[in-house]
Amino acid sequence: MKRNHGYSYLWIWPILYFLLGFFNILFAWLGMIDVLLPLILAVFGGNKGFCNHLCGRGQLFALLPKKLKCSRGLPAPRWMSSPGFRFGFLAFFLAMFSSIMYQTWRVFSGASSLREAVKLLWTFSVPWHWAYSAGTVPDWAAQFSFGFYSLMLSSALLGLIVMALYRPRTWCCFCPMGTMTQVICRAKAGHDLKS
Amino acid sequence: MASKRYALPDRKRCVSCGACAGECPRNALSIWRGCYAVVDKTACVGCGICQRTCPANCIVLIPREDPQ
Repeated sequence: MKRNHGYSYLWIWPILYFLLGFFNILFAWLGMIDVLLPLILAVFGGNKGFCNHLCGRGQLFALLPKKLKCSRGLPAPRWMSSPGFRFGFLAFFLAMFSSIMYQTWRVFSGASSLREAVKLLWTFSVPWHWAYSAGTVPDWAAQFSFGFYSLMLSSALLGLIVMALYRPRTWCCFCPMGTMTQVICRAKAGHDLKS
Repeated sequence: MASKRYALPDRKRCVSCGACAGECPRNALSIWRGCYAVVDKTACVGCGICQRTCPANCIVLIPREDPQ
C-alpha cells in the first residue's frame, strides 16, 4: 500500500492559488515559491524533491483523471519529451518571464501605465480589474502580479490540455522548472542531459 | 518467486518527474539524484503501472534473465 504523506495534499495549492488570484491579484506573488523552491532544492540539495514530492500542479494533474476520468491516457508524442522541445519551451518560458520583468520595469520607471488584465496563453487579454484596487501597492508590484498570474494560468491551461489529450502528467515532460532542475541535478551529478 | 518481468526506465529519456515512483505500489522506483528513475529489481513485480503512468513513455518491461 502507498503511504499517504502530508505532502500528498499539495494538489490543493494550485487551486487555492488561482482562487486567491481571482479575488486579489497580489497573491500572484506567492507563485514565486513554485519557481524558487525547486531551484533551491536542486542547487543546494542536488535533487528534484519538488517535482517528486512537492509539486501541487503535478499532483493535481495526477489526481484529476483518477477522480474525473478526464484523460485519454495515451502516450504523448515522443518529441514532447525530447531535449530539443524541452529546451525550446524553457527558452520560450524564460523569454515570457523576461517580458514580464520588462513590463514591470516600464511601469516602475513611469514609461508605461498599469494594465489591469490577464493575458491568457500569451494571446487573449482578459479583464481582471476586480482583483485589484489601485494604490494598494506600488503600480510595478501590481503589474508583476498580473503578468506572473497570466504566466501561471496559461501554463496550467496548457498542462490541463495535455493532461486530457495524453497521460495525466504529460506537462511534466516539458515543464520549464522540471527541465531547469534536471539540468542542475545532472550537472551536479556529472551527467549531461543529452548523453 | 520473482516475477517474470521487471520495469526498466530509459535513463536518457527520463524527465525525472517522479510520476512512476509516486504510483508504484511496491515503492520499487526512485529518482537518482534528480537525474533519472531507477528501479529496485528485487522489489519490482512487473505490474506495469509505472509503464502506463510515465508521461515520457520511457519505461519498458523486460524479461528477467533465466536464473538457470
